[in-house]
Amino acid sequence: MIGKIATPLLAVLVFLGLWELLVWVNDWPNYKMASPSDLPPAFWKYKELFFTMGWQTLWRTVAGLMLAVVFGTLIGMVIGFSKIARDALYPLLIGFNAIPKATLVPVISLIFIGQHDFNTVLMAFMISFFPIAVSVGIGLSTLEPEYRDILRALGATRFTIFRKIALPKTLPEFFGALKVSATLAFIGTNLVEIVSPHGRGLGALFKSGETNGDYPLMFAVLIALAFLGIVLYYAVVFLERVFAGWADREGT
Amino acid sequence: MTENLIEIKGVTHAYKTASGPLPVLDGLNVSVPEGTFAAVVGPSGCGKSTLTKLVAGLMKPDSGEVWLHGELVKGPRKTVGMAFQNPVLLEWRTILDNVILPLEIVAPKMSKAKCVARAMELLDMVGLVGFEHKRPSELSGGMRQRASLCRSLVHKPDVLIMDEPFGALDAFTREDLWQTMRDLRRAEPFTAVLITHDLRESVFLGDQVIVLSGRPARSQYVMNVDLPEDRTLDVLFTPKAADMLHRLRDQIKIAQGRDVEAHS
Ligand SMILES: Nc1ncnc2c1ncn2[C@@H]1O[C@H](COP(=O)(O)OP(=O)(O)O)[C@@H](O)[C@H]1O
Ligand SMILES: [Mg+2]
Repeated sequence: MIGKIATPLLAVLVFLGLWELLVWVNDWPNYKMASPSDLPPAFWKYKELFFTMGWQTLWRTVAGLMLAVVFGTLIGMVIGFSKIARDALYPLLIGFNAIPKATLVPVISLIFIGQHDFNTVLMAFMISFFPIAVSVGIGLSTLEPEYRDILRALGATRFTIFRKIALPKTLPEFFGALKVSATLAFIGTNLVEIVSPHGRGLGALFKSGETNGDYPLMFAVLIALAFLGIVLYYAVVFLERVFAGWADREGT
Repeated sequence: MTENLIEIKGVTHAYKTASGPLPVLDGLNVSVPEGTFAAVVGPSGCGKSTLTKLVAGLMKPDSGEVWLHGELVKGPRKTVGMAFQNPVLLEWRTILDNVILPLEIVAPKMSKAKCVARAMELLDMVGLVGFEHKRPSELSGGMRQRASLCRSLVHKPDVLIMDEPFGALDAFTREDLWQTMRDLRRAEPFTAVLITHDLRESVFLGDQVIVLSGRPARSQYVMNVDLPEDRTLDVLFTPKAADMLHRLRDQIKIAQGRDVEAHS
């Protein structure tokens, strides 16, 4: 138990130590690379901004991710249950996913002018629903027929079969995809925050650091983003334990 | 009492495949009297699993009729229980909750306590008491198949349809399960259709053994198993059983399209 917390913590400390050493040995100036010891002052100086902007980034990411869960699951159900829908939608989905999302930022900001919150959530959603849709789709379409038949033979409806068998059976794949999607959603949120003029959130804070030549601030934002990413990831891991813990064969 | 619980009349069926229709059943007739056990054997790929799906109402035949209890089968019905070679237990449920599953569909208003009592009654009969709170992954293959049998019987079906349920088990475990099957039937009579590729299994459990021809399958040979009701495994070593096994083996060879060896 202690090892579970101490080991990663130690790894982080070693990482920070090496980083500090690297900057010190090379005698890099701040504009080249800030060192970890520059970061606490930067955090302290802008602590209110970090809280408000961090909160902005977090809620938009989570909102986008939740949209991705809802729509991704719906699309996954459609392509999982219907072969025709699968054939029709796969090329579209893959094509859409292949578009670099940065190119969509000007597009959506022109469609929804000034709707910064909305645009950010939308981008987080667009970038993160694909893994969920594919994993749910594959999970459902590869369900062994016998699993379906044990309930179908009793006259159960398709929805009951989905709820009692197909859905729980795909949960491990779903959570695997959700971990990837959570990270992607962060990228989507930040993309819009950085690129939009007069944006808010940690991405905008990063941009203001860049504009003002405040290099420790820029690095501090990166660390804050990494921190939020870790928090969100472990939130997903926690949910996975609760809802799909049965799939974990460790120790049995 | 002489009424046939299952009546399959002239059933013909073909699957639509990329290379045209594949005829699987060809004018198949099968009658299973109420409370009896029909074992079905036949060459691999001849249409045995298709037959189980038709009886369960999961598919409709191209032509011909399937009757259960004097009613024409048009779709799935709650009075059927199914078991497969793969026990298909749900990993996220305990053994107890797996056994209860059909009751959630068939009797959604039944109280939890009653469901548990019913499931435990069956788990007791198959010797799984003490394992009810375990996950399927913690049980051996034989125990999982026992749990699967409990699940297929928990809602007291009229008809139990089994598609090679013991096919993946080792010989000793398989014989244990034959005896469990016999005991379950004695405790709660039901009509059964058992698909198997084990002739000894068909003779030990069956009241009649139906040999299907090669694809497209017809009923090629029907043998009444005239052995005592209460069989023990020893019965398989009697001359009578040996003779029946011999006849079945000859029929399988014919079904496979090979000549019967000349009897000495
Ligand atoms: N859904 C299906 N579509 C097309 N062909 C099928 C389908 N299911 C089974 N078949 C074919 O029909 C034949 C009979 O199958 P099955 O009833 O499973 O045989 P058995 O259980 O006796 O081995 C096999 O040749 C099989 O390949
Ligand atoms: Mg089969």
